Amino acid sequence: MKKIINGIIYENPILVSTLGLCGALAVTNKVENGIVMSICVLIVLLLSNTIISIIKKLVPENVKIPVFIIIIATLVTIIEILLKKYAPSLYQILGIYIPLIVVNCIILGRAISVASKEKITTSILDGLGVGLGYSLALILLSTIREVLGNNTITLMDNLSAITGYKAIYKVFPNNEIIPLNIFNKQAGAFLTLGILIALAKYIGGKHESN
Amino acid sequence: MNLISLFITSVLTENIVLTKFLGLCPFFGNSKKEETALAMGLCVTLVTTLSSVITYFIYHLILVPTKTEYLSTLMFILVIASLVQLLVLIIKNKYKKLYKSLGIYLSLITTNCAVLGVVLLNINNNYNLLETIVYSLGSSIGFMLVIYVFSTIRERLEQSDIPKCFQGIPIALITASIMALIFERFKGI
Repeated sequence: MKKIINGIIYENPILVSTLGLCGALAVTNKVENGIVMSICVLIVLLLSNTIISIIKKLVPENVKIPVFIIIIATLVTIIEILLKKYAPSLYQILGIYIPLIVVNCIILGRAISVASKEKITTSILDGLGVGLGYSLALILLSTIREVLGNNTITLMDNLSAITGYKAIYKVFPNNEIIPLNIFNKQAGAFLTLGILIALAKYIGGKHESN
Repeated sequence: MNLISLFITSVLTENIVLTKFLGLCPFFGNSKKEETALAMGLCVTLVTTLSSVITYFIYHLILVPTKTEYLSTLMFILVIASLVQLLVLIIKNKYKKLYKSLGIYLSLITTNCAVLGVVLLNINNNYNLLETIVYSLGSSIGFMLVIYVFSTIRERLEQSDIPKCFQGIPIALITASIMALIFERFKGI
């Protein structure tokens, strides 16, 4: 339990260690995309941590990184194929950011620093914690961006191909301030994440001084 | 004419860092000094262009005829990783001085999403060989331009008085946000 909370809060991959920002910034214009992306990363992270921790004794030291990259790339390819089959419209939207999970520093970082050293259960829990931390950050980021940029929260739109129904909620019915178009654009992504990280730092700093 | 506009689009209006969020790790990590920013930019340009050409041939001569396009992610990352290793070996043995200044950045490039990203974009956009070369050259020059401009801004930021919780990455992200707004204006040209 401690491991999981550690991954979610104290070592949050996005808000504290600021790793793997590419995908996080690119897909978070809608809550739905953020959720799907974080599920993909969570699955890959969990499986890669498990597999690497199982085979760690078989891998010689000097080919460690290439072997890990191939394992991660294989997992990502599996996710890619599944997504293409069951949710093609979502696959189109997420585009190159799904294959780019391969070079996401979080996954390789966890593989090297945790999975290749610790026991299997510890690695699985660590993967779960960090994956959930990533999801938390992505959901936070995408909710802020979508509410301010579109005045909606989209939980299921393209996903309705799988689940069968749509879920799009309007947030503030009568107001003149939002939608603010900037939050749909790239600049808004950088701005929101910058402020979120500053907030995390502020809270972290207060926590430490207590 | 088409190629020139493709080049300008990839450098300015569709800059990979500011519009596609690729290569953010080196963008925030290695952009504290002007020289390191330029060195990193040069390494990325070299690796991206070379790997784009190689993956173009691999995709169209091996993967498409054998109908194994789904292996492309796996294949491309292998190509990039081995290319980087090869370049490190060559530079280490032949150009010792260059290795001292570029070595660390070169080996970091394997996990740089700009390289894999550009390679995948080339394939997704169905570019031919010439367009592939122009697009990857343009994107990496765009990367170099932005990372260089950003490093000069950052040197200024170091000396300014920023609230404690905004120091480091947060202020860098907000600077990037303003830069993204500026680059968006290039679309009007």
